[in-house]
Amino acid sequence: MKSTVIVFPGSNCDRDIAVALERMQFKNQMVWHKETTLPKSDLIVIPGGFSYGDYLRSGAIAGKSLIIDEVIKAAKSGCLILGICNGFQILTETGLLKGTLLRNKNLKFINKDIHIRVFNSNTKFTNKYKSNQILKINIAHNEGNYFTDVKHLEKLKSENLIAFRYCDEKGNINNNCNPNGSLDNIAGIFNDNKNILGMMPHPERMVDEMIANKDGVNLFSSLIN
Amino acid sequence: MKFSVTVTLKKDVLDPQGKVVQNTLINMGMDYLKNIRQGKHFEIEVDEENQLEAEKKIDEMCKKLLVNLIIENYKITKI
Repeated sequence: MKSTVIVFPGSNCDRDIAVALERMQFKNQMVWHKETTLPKSDLIVIPGGFSYGDYLRSGAIAGKSLIIDEVIKAAKSGCLILGICNGFQILTETGLLKGTLLRNKNLKFINKDIHIRVFNSNTKFTNKYKSNQILKINIAHNEGNYFTDVKHLEKLKSENLIAFRYCDEKGNINNNCNPNGSLDNIAGIFNDNKNILGMMPHPERMVDEMIANKDGVNLFSSLIN
Repeated sequence: MKFSVTVTLKKDVLDPQGKVVQNTLINMGMDYLKNIRQGKHFEIEVDEENQLEAEKKIDEMCKKLLVNLIIENYKITKI
């Protein structure tokens, strides 16, 4: 399986995701944001980091890069797209995912391991997880507070487009385990066709017992499946 | 021609920064303060003499980049 990681000035999780992908047997290529063509790939990853120093709004400037037109074309033709953290913010800025990521409710940058629950395990990104499986996974963001309009939120729920929600270690979902004020504890969503996933938590940081756990591995093995 | 663009959060969108500023001012004794919403301000100069055309160009800038229409409103004023 071939993957491409887009690199922006300020991306800082691009190498982490590349290491995770290669470990999971992806043939990965890094592509600089000024490129105007994309190598043929099954998966395009928009990595985490702070593209353009979060100027204007997180992801706003990266969302207008030259390579993004190609990413949009690929997404529309069905290519799998994964946006992690700043990548999720960039995907909302391009319009590939609806809604937006606001500043964390407590105004603090949050870097910690939290729990999320898998809400749809019947997609190309999540099929190796069990339904309602609880994962312990790292978040590191200042703008992770997902917001969208009422109509879209209803659609996310009725069409099963919520990928992950923040929960406690037992899987309960409430305000106490919502780290950033995100609407309905949303941690990750799909587009209508479920070929695009945007998520604030970092699965690429959870692929090795030595440094964390392996709760992120199944996201990558789902894609290979 | 020069314009100012004021970008504000829509009414229903939570503004934690505005809230913190508001609470601080109230704590400083300004308890007559009713509400604060924090926004952004741009000053933009364009090479266009016709005001209507210039406003159209600024409007395009707002819609395409400066403003996130999901959560923000904007107002263009000639300066």
